Formats: sequence, structure tokens, C-alpha cells
Amino acid sequence: MTLLSDLFTDYTLRTVALGSAALGLVAGALGAFAVLRRQSLLGDAVSHAALPGIVLAFMITGAKTPLVLVTGAALAGWAASLLVMLVVRTSRIKLDTALGLVLSTFFGLGLLLLSVVQHSAGAGQAGLDRFLFGQAATLVGDDLRTMSALGALVLVVLTLMWKEFKLLSFDPAFAGSLGFPVRRLDVLLTTLLVIAIVIGLQTVGVVLMSAMIVAPAAAARQWTDRLGRLVALSGAFGAISGLCGAVLSSLVPRLPTGPTIILVVTTVTLLSLLLAPRRGVLAARLRAARQRRRVRIESVLADLYRLAAQHREPAAAPHDIDALRTMSPDAGVRAGLKQLAAQDLAVADPDGRWRLTEAGLARGRELVGGSS
Amino acid sequence: MSAPQLEILAIAVVTAAGCALVGVFLMLRRLAMLSDAISHAILPGIAVAFFVTHDLASPWLVIAAALTGLLTVVLVETLTRSRRLKEDAAMGLVFPALFSLGIVLITRHAGDVHLDVDAVLLGELAFAPFERFVVGGADLGPRHLWVMGGVTLLNLLVITVFFKELKLATFDAGLAASLGLAPAVIHYGLMALVSVTAVGAFDAVGLILVVALMIGPAAAAYLLTDRLGLLLALAALLGALAAGLGFALAVWIDASIAGCMAVGVGLVFAAVFLTAPGRGLISVLRRRRRQRWEFAQVMLAIHLLQHEGGDEEDEESRVEHLHGKHVGWTPAFTARVVDGARQRGLVESAGERLRLTERGRAAAGRALSGVSAQPAGS
Repeated sequence: MTLLSDLFTDYTLRTVALGSAALGLVAGALGAFAVLRRQSLLGDAVSHAALPGIVLAFMITGAKTPLVLVTGAALAGWAASLLVMLVVRTSRIKLDTALGLVLSTFFGLGLLLLSVVQHSAGAGQAGLDRFLFGQAATLVGDDLRTMSALGALVLVVLTLMWKEFKLLSFDPAFAGSLGFPVRRLDVLLTTLLVIAIVIGLQTVGVVLMSAMIVAPAAAARQWTDRLGRLVALSGAFGAISGLCGAVLSSLVPRLPTGPTIILVVTTVTLLSLLLAPRRGVLAARLRAARQRRRVRIESVLADLYRLAAQHREPAAAPHDIDALRTMSPDAGVRAGLKQLAAQDLAVADPDGRWRLTEAGLARGRELVGGSS
Repeated sequence: MSAPQLEILAIAVVTAAGCALVGVFLMLRRLAMLSDAISHAILPGIAVAFFVTHDLASPWLVIAAALTGLLTVVLVETLTRSRRLKEDAAMGLVFPALFSLGIVLITRHAGDVHLDVDAVLLGELAFAPFERFVVGGADLGPRHLWVMGGVTLLNLLVITVFFKELKLATFDAGLAASLGLAPAVIHYGLMALVSVTAVGAFDAVGLILVVALMIGPAAAAYLLTDRLGLLLALAALLGALAAGLGFALAVWIDASIAGCMAVGVGLVFAAVFLTAPGRGLISVLRRRRRQRWEFAQVMLAIHLLQHEGGDEEDEESRVEHLHGKHVGWTPAFTARVVDGARQRGLVESAGERLRLTERGRAAAGRALSGVSAQPAGS
């Protein structure tokens, strides 16, 4: 309970928790669109590409205020995504190659600038490298205000343009034929994604922020087929993971924030993949087992009916279990018969031979059809 | 140039060539981002193997790392094949998770581990000359040069021996399978090669440069040739060039070597992307412009042909008429089109009118027959 009371009284812990939840919420919501549009790896490119923007913003202004750094990050991320689009549209180079190229080049530029700044600027630059893996503990009220304001802006635009973005994600060609400016909507949605990414850079870091875009959406996708629920759920998963991961990392010494948050959100995704009610692996296994059992019962029932149909008095004709075994060599005849008996479709005579009940005969006729 | 600098450059050039060789196949198979995924994901393999052996130089580290790289590929493919996630999302999920695991393992044991996360990510090429390869007291040069030289030779050997198989499996997996070439074996063999290369290079030059060197030179070379053999040679060459360029930059401005080399890759790609004959941005834009004018000139010829000998020929073939109601061009555009058509000998002036030449008539006829030859409704 001390953790809970700390959350309300301890300023640092509260800032960290709120900030991480905000970043998870926004990244999760926007990530849902990125995953749907198969742009998961664009997030990786954009977040790596933000590094030179952060360092350049510091070099130009000499300030480390969150708004300045976030603006630099967003501009660089945005430029990177436009470059990717340019390369893909005007040359034979495919999206995956363009992403990797822009990602590594921009990140390399970031490292270059970072080393230059570290050589020249002395102590003033200290802390810029926390953007590599993130450090939740460095969040202060000012960061929180910037993050919340930008996050709210992103979510408001998302709500206002909901219908357009929905159409763009599922059927861009149709959207174009209706007269929507598809190209501009595409750029707007990508811009929102860029903002969602840079919000989280200070906490999660440029190297791992892309996972905050992908993982919550991948988890949410297992639970629902509706866009509205997908975005809400993805945001919720992101917020919960961000909160848990950041609080965990600030309570346990030597637990870096970014990786901890990513491990939490990956766990949420794995659990979703396993446990989700309809798409989950467990549900699918159960469904397959049930299906197999039904097929087995019905095939035994059909065999018994075919045997019975040879007789003038079908209901009064018991049959040996070995006869059934030769008809369906696959294992499970006895289990199938037991289940038939449990459903009152077949009964065993005292000598161990089996025959169908009236209900079983009717069901067998349905299964086999009138032909035999 | 001092001896250590020469050694750093040699390591970088050899690494660049080795990375470019496997990078070409990754790019052609549209798996370029796997270089990013594998090179990040090998970190936990290295960490776990270190905790077991407590020896940074143990070959088990390399083996464990290469196996983790393969594990990444298998995990991504399993998730994709389960059809619960698309391939990009599966990749975006798997490698950050493995990388995070590696970082948490390393930082939790930071006290007793000499594994620096920053060095892993950014590379410490500057320190590479200090690690020597010593046999029986004799100094044979920097260790990384031997490691990466070996890896690059291995890549070269495998690609040369299995060139035909790799080529077929890359460009037509279906045909390769029907010829009994087992594309899956080739695929995993290639992935093993990528993993080994990533592990060796990651140790020598750092993670981000592995990605840059695998993708960038291959992409640049792809804009210059259509032949696989030439593509591989060019990619290796451009990679070495980028490494040299980056190193010169690093010495000049005294900055991170790995960062500068990644930027060097970007610069080499940008130069090729802009100027490549036929496929570069400049020639693509030029071609598009030229096609626009040629199309307009043929349109003009067709227009004149349509009205040739008709009642309205006199009016329709006046220049002013063209930017009027029928063709809808602006006066300036019309003037340029008419000029161009006249230069190419498609039309000639007769007073205020334009008249088709023999050539112009032929060009218009060709264009029209091309149109009418199309099946109806397409």
C-alpha cells in the first residue's frame, strides 16, 4: 500500500507515472493505425531519426527545455519519413530498404553530432544521451506539461479526423474516389505518429520507442475487430505498460526505464496472443479439439447408422464394436460411443454390443442422408 | 596516416565488404530490416553466454549470439505464420523485446561485467587497434581485422560456391523448390550467414554501423546494375568507399567514427540516388519532363491529323485555337509544345496555320494505332 500512497504524495513518482502513462496512451492509440497500415517499422525509423534533431536543437538554441528538444526531434523524424516516401516513390528501392537506410544514416548523424557536442560543450550537454535508452526519473513537471499538451493535441486531431483516418487505413483507393485528399491525410496521420513517438523519447529512448508503437496495438488487435475498440484498448495497454514499467524502473535500482517498459508491454502482448478469447492461441487450440471430438462422434454415429440401415428393424439391431473399428480405423471408436451414450443417441446391450436409440437413428439419417 | 588509423580503416573496409555481400541478398528478399532486427537481438545471447563463461573472448559468446540471431528469424516467422500478426509488426515486436532483455541483463550486472551498452550500440572502432591477435608471442595485427577478414572470406566463399542456388532461390523461390533446391535450407543458411556477419561486425564497429553497412551500399548498387554478380561487387566497393569517406570525416572533425561512417554510407547513397544513370532522381525527373513534352507534341500532331482535310481544318490548325476550347493548354505551354514539335520536324508553319509534316503524320498515326490496338474496355 505504500506504493499506492507514494503515487499520490511522492512528486517524482507521480510525475514519472503520469508521464509514462501519457506516452503509452498516445503511442498506443496512434500505433493502432501504424500496425493496421503495415507501417510498424516506420516507427522504428522515425524514432531513431529523432536523435540528430534533438542534438541539433540543443546545438542551435543551447537550451534543453523539453519543447525545444521535442520540436527538433519531431522535425527530424518528419524529415526522415518524408525521405523514405521520396526514395520509395521515385526509385526501385523497396520500403524495407529505404527504412533501414534512413534509420541508420540519421542515427549515425545523431551519434556524430552527439560526439561533437560532447567534445565542445562541456557540462552543458550532459543528459542528452539519456535519449538513447530513456530515463523516467529525469521527468519533471515541465516535461509532463509538454507531453500532456502534445498528447492531447494528437488525440483531439485523431478524434476530429476519425472518419477520414478510418477510411484511409482500410481503403485508401475508395477514399480517393470519394474526393478525400489521400496524400495530405497520409502526411497528417504520419505527422501525428511522429509527435506520438517524440513524446516518449525522453522516457523510453530513441532505440526502443518503436516497440511502444507496435506492441500495444499488436496486443489489442487480438481482442477485437472494431477500430474504435482497437484504438481505445491499444491506448489502454500502452498506458498501463508505460506506468508499470516506469514505476518499476524507478523503484528498483539499476533497471533502465526504456527496456523495462518494453519488456512489460511485450509481456502484455504475449499474454494477449495466448489468451485472447477468439484469436488467442489457447482459444484456437480448444476450438480445434472440440471440432475434432465432434467429427469423431459424428463419424461413429454415421457408421452405426449405416450398419443399422442394413436391417429391417434398425433400432433392434446391435453391432459389434470391432465392426465399427474396421469402418473407422482411426482411434477413438470407444470414446465416441461413450459420448454418444452420454447424449442418449446410442445404448450398449448387456453383451457389449451397441445400437442406436430412436434419437440416434434420426440424427444418423440427418448425417448420412436418405441415399444409403 | 598513423599505423592505428590505418588499422581502423582496414577493419572498417573489410567489415563493409562483408556486410555488403549478405546485405544484397537481404535487400533483394525484402528483408532489409532483418539486419536491424538481428543485430539488435544478438545482445541477450552475448549477455547470457558471458554470464555462463565469464570470459569476453570466449567463442561461446559468438556462437550464442549467432544462435540468438537465428532465433529472432524463427520467432518472427512463427508469429507471422500464426497469422495473428503481420510480418512488420512481428519484427517490430520481437527485436526490441530481445534487445531490452539484453540491456536489462547487462545493466543489472553492470558491476561485474565489462560490457558497456553505449559501446555495443555506438561501436568503439577507435579502440579496435588495442586488441591484438597474438600467436605464440608474435603480434599478428588487430584481432577484429582477423575476425572480420575471416567472416568476409566466409561470405565470399559461400556466395561463390552457392551462387546459382542463391540466385534462383532469391528471384524465383517457386522454381527453386520445384527443382529440388530446398529454399528453406538456403533461407536459413543465408540467415545464419547474416547472423555470423552481424555478430562479428557488431563487436568490431557497433550495432548501428552494421545496419548501415548491410543496407546502404546494397541499395546504392541496386540503382546502378541489374546483374547479381556486379551488384555484389559494386555493393562491396561502395561500402568500402563509404567507410573510407566516413573515416576521413571522423578524423577531420574529430567525431564518433561509427557515426561518421554511417553518415558516409548515407552520403554515398545520396550521391548515387541523385546521379545514377537511368535510375537516379535527376534522370528520372528529366525523363518524366521529356515524356511530358513528347506526349504533348504527339497530342498536337494527333489534333492536326484529326482535322486534316476536314471543313474546320483552317480554324483548328491555328496556334491560338489550341489554347482555346479544344486542347485546353495555356498559351505559354502551347508555344513551347509548338516550338518543340517544329524542332523535331513534326509540324511546319504555313502562315498562321500549322501543317503536319510526313513525319508528324506518321508519329500521330503510330500513337493512334497504339491506342486502338488496345483491347476494348481496358
